[in-house]
Amino acid sequence: MRSDRGQSAPLRLKIAAACGLLFLHLPILLIFVYAFTTEEKSFVWPPPGLTTQWFAVTWNRPDVWEALSLSIRVAAISTAIALVLGTLCAAAVSQTRFFGRETISLLVILPIALPGIITGIALRSAFALADIPFSFWTIVLGHATFCVVVVYNNAVARFRRTSGSMIEASMDLGADGFQTFRHVVLPNIATALLAGGMLAFALSFDEVIVTTFTAGQQQTVPIWMLEELIRPRQRPVTNVVAMVVVLVTLLPILLAYYLTRDGDQIAGSGK
Amino acid sequence: MTSAVSFKQVSRHFGSVRAVDAVDLEIAPGEFFAMLGPSGSGKTTCLRLIAGFEQPTAGSISIFGERAEGVPPYRRNVNTVFQDYALFPHLNVLDNVAYGLMVKGVGKAERLKAAEEALSLVRLPGYGARRPGQLSGGQRQRVALARALVNQPKVLLLDEPLGALDLKLRENMQEELKSLQKVLGITFVFVTHDQGEALSMADRVAVFNDGRIMQIGTPEDIYQRPKTRFVADFVGSSNVLPPDFVQRYSGQHRWGSLRPESIRVSSAASGDGVAARLVGTNYLGATTRLALDADGLRLHAMVPAGTALPAEGEAVMLTFNRESLHLMDEPA
Repeated sequence: MRSDRGQSAPLRLKIAAACGLLFLHLPILLIFVYAFTTEEKSFVWPPPGLTTQWFAVTWNRPDVWEALSLSIRVAAISTAIALVLGTLCAAAVSQTRFFGRETISLLVILPIALPGIITGIALRSAFALADIPFSFWTIVLGHATFCVVVVYNNAVARFRRTSGSMIEASMDLGADGFQTFRHVVLPNIATALLAGGMLAFALSFDEVIVTTFTAGQQQTVPIWMLEELIRPRQRPVTNVVAMVVVLVTLLPILLAYYLTRDGDQIAGSGK
Repeated sequence: MTSAVSFKQVSRHFGSVRAVDAVDLEIAPGEFFAMLGPSGSGKTTCLRLIAGFEQPTAGSISIFGERAEGVPPYRRNVNTVFQDYALFPHLNVLDNVAYGLMVKGVGKAERLKAAEEALSLVRLPGYGARRPGQLSGGQRQRVALARALVNQPKVLLLDEPLGALDLKLRENMQEELKSLQKVLGITFVFVTHDQGEALSMADRVAVFNDGRIMQIGTPEDIYQRPKTRFVADFVGSSNVLPPDFVQRYSGQHRWGSLRPESIRVSSAASGDGVAARLVGTNYLGATTRLALDADGLRLHAMVPAGTALPAEGEAVMLTFNRESLHLMDEPA
């Protein structure tokens, strides 16, 4: 359908595209390079020397491990909560018609449209009002608000493509509600849930704003990094952790991308 | 003998819409029963009431003597072939067919054997390893049929199962369904909006309109002796004649129905009959459908292809046998 098929883009456009991509990704590469620098007080270019000592230093810093462990636990539990609530909500909105359905659909999506700072302030004042002390669970609650959205969006899109009569067919063939969920619904939405779950995990893992308002004294990895940048010593440790964070968040997002892409093909072939 | 399916004053209302309105129905065991009607006439809702996807607002339903209200679909010995087939895209054909046995806890070897047999029954042996997405529409339809039959239901419900197939395939499937039903002896309840399909396949037909049954009878009853104007018009597009017209030919002041194929058309000069004007011709292949205007009354006649026809706009004379004019009891 493309009119310019076979023709290559003009040189100027290619250069512009390359510049755009470099502008986006070069700073990230810079972070990786500084992880190997010998200068620990400030980031100077070019690095005066290269070393791998910061990896060992990072490995031996208990505060890094604490932050990393907290982040992973928060992300895992928020994602688990989001998977359950998001799927249930998506099923209700897409499979049944009831009063206020559109409103609920909008309210579920709202937290991701709202600036994080508003969600954060709202939660903080709500926790204060209800006299709930800040803890691991307040962070999880904050993260769950936007994790639910991601799972919900993925699940709702899949439910819409799933034929409603499939569930009826399963019941008709003798499967009760639980069996139908296990043998028909779950296999059909599994890849969407996996994709939504991994996206939710990645979002939770690098969230800063909502966490600042709900964390109290505890530090997740991004918060720890912000604190660390203010300190004058052992700066490259932050860069080592940054590399780990990039890998931990990038891999699930890539996987999620490939899974939903395949999922589209599976869903499409049934038609 | 207990009926296979029995409706007693069954209603299903959705808000103010009376989808099914005080329907009485008795379907005999082993019968091939068709529910015929235009879309929105309540025939599919009736089918869903039997399957258990809908619960009646009023009245009682029994299936082989057992009360069906409140019994969920998975506890009814009734299976459905869905209009869109509703095959499970994540399972291969064999697992699709074996699904009903799998959820009942039948062992793997046994259920796959039964599924393979069911596939042979619908003439798709060896297709078990394929995915539903790799099958044609006709093949999917057969898989859906095998999947419903493998549970050995007492009643098989078919919701416009041939609607998505092309003409040739549909005719083949009609014959096949009919012979399958004879072999298995299962009660078939078949929903369709195609009167030809209902007449050719069913032992008895129920004609639905506006949530009510207009007439129940054998295909011949329905076609030759329609009780109401709706049935006469919907089943075979009969000419519905007003009482004044009928009185001139039968002496009775009642509504009448006259089949298009019962009308003979000749050029105006000859004999006595109904004077009319030819206003249009519609070539249908084996027959030609003529639109006629008899003094303001619009009539249709069906003549075999190849008949010499007067030109459009010309005056013609219509004749018919008195016996083919059927008088209807109800005016509605």
